[in-house]
Amino acid sequence: MSQVLNIPPIIKETAEPGDQASRRAFLVAAGAAGLCYTAALAYPIYRYLASPEEMESSATAVTEVTLKDAQKIPSGSVLMFKFGTAPAMLIHHEDGRWIALTAVCTHLGCTVQYEPQADRIHCGCHGGVYNAYTGANVSGPPPKPLKLFKVAVNEIGVNVSRT
Amino acid sequence: MTSKTASIYDWVDERLGLTELAAFARHKTVPVHAQSFWYYWGGISLFLFLVQCFTGVLLLVYYHPGADAYESVRQITFVMHFGWLIRSAHSWSANLMIFSILVHMFSVYFMKAYRKPREFGWLSGMALLGIASVFGFSGYLLPMDDLSYFATKVGLQIPAAIPGIGPIIGNMLRGGLEVNEFTVQRFFALHVVVLPALFLPLLGFHLWLVQRHGNAMPPAEEAKPTVERKTMPFFPNFLRKDLAMWLISLNILALLSSVFPWSLGKQADMLVPAPQGIHPEWYFMSPFEMLKLLGSVLPGEAGEIAGLLIFTLGIALWVFIPFYDTTKESGRRGRTAHYFGLIAVFALLATTAIGYWTIR
Repeated sequence: MSQVLNIPPIIKETAEPGDQASRRAFLVAAGAAGLCYTAALAYPIYRYLASPEEMESSATAVTEVTLKDAQKIPSGSVLMFKFGTAPAMLIHHEDGRWIALTAVCTHLGCTVQYEPQADRIHCGCHGGVYNAYTGANVSGPPPKPLKLFKVAVNEIGVNVSRT
Repeated sequence: MTSKTASIYDWVDERLGLTELAAFARHKTVPVHAQSFWYYWGGISLFLFLVQCFTGVLLLVYYHPGADAYESVRQITFVMHFGWLIRSAHSWSANLMIFSILVHMFSVYFMKAYRKPREFGWLSGMALLGIASVFGFSGYLLPMDDLSYFATKVGLQIPAAIPGIGPIIGNMLRGGLEVNEFTVQRFFALHVVVLPALFLPLLGFHLWLVQRHGNAMPPAEEAKPTVERKTMPFFPNFLRKDLAMWLISLNILALLSSVFPWSLGKQADMLVPAPQGIHPEWYFMSPFEMLKLLGSVLPGEAGEIAGLLIFTLGIALWVFIPFYDTTKESGRRGRTAHYFGLIAVFALLATTAIGYWTIR
């Protein structure tokens, strides 16, 4: 014989639905205010720390550089210069050709070196080698070639510009 | 708590003893009485010190000590985004911190919170105030503008007035015979390395003592039987109020530093005469004025030495008050200490007022 006990469900006295809604609204508003407050503090600090980066961004917008008297460098030699913020190199080859490329190794960003005897570009950090005419990565770890610039030689200097 | 967070909690608790800490925090109480308001000022000072550390590191990102100190501060103030605000907050917070330390000190003094067993709390607090004023003095030179140049030049005359070794101390601090780039460089080392290295462990000791002995009650409260005293739990009640005070302090600081940005004068130049009405920072005004007043009574070197002696004696009496006024019962010594405190407050306020009155 079984008996079914009829236990009345325990009803907890909870707040009115309207109260709960206003409580939630309050929490959301307080959270939003807190976020705004934190953002108002963090924004000036971020901008302050980012200042040099913003100043440099005008330099990275550079599209051409004129190297005065660079036409006078002898063949088989190199001139290191800054294109915007980054190092670049102007090579005057033995055969008289002028080549300008970025001098930042595509592997981990060291400044690369032109070696006239081997007529190649070498990176001292991890032994990456590039072709000194095309910038192509020949051997070692570099994943990508060095970027070439357009070169125009005239009697007052050498003009290097983005291709 | 789900079983996963519970197991993480257990793992950390086993190693760091969180439960003990929580139990400690639960049992810690703060006395509630008419003077409870003054309990917040130590916390406010601590908060402003944290602001100093934070804004100081931000300034350190662009500041150059040495010959191009002025140029770098000019750059921070006028070139870097919001640099004026960071610098202004650092200067304002420094002043507010000295102010709140002074309020904290006088409230401790008049509540007689230096009595047994809190003597070390008083002594470490005095040392912290001393270091804070050297922080203020050394930091004032770092922008190397005309005001900081003359303030440092004048300020270093005080140790230089000590008979015998004075000039040696002066030259040692100055890094030569004149205030120049060597002075900035060594004040910089003092301000960002030496003083923090002294201040931080002392501050830790000071805070540890507060945990160990709890808040002191003023004598009137202590005289009541235990059942009549009211307390509130430290966690979360007092902590919540403490943090609210921090928020209020931050808002006041933000308002002051953005509405009244700290100015930068002309570059320091020893050949340019001192600007009219140049005067020390408000917290150095009183000692400066006291020495000046004594100098007019006792002119010459005698006045300087007498001034230094009286000054040193006054500070020594103030620092060693816990060893004079020791008893819990408000006896004759307790009253004397109370009057000495009132005289000190009056002398500070009066000489500061005279100082500002006479520069106009």
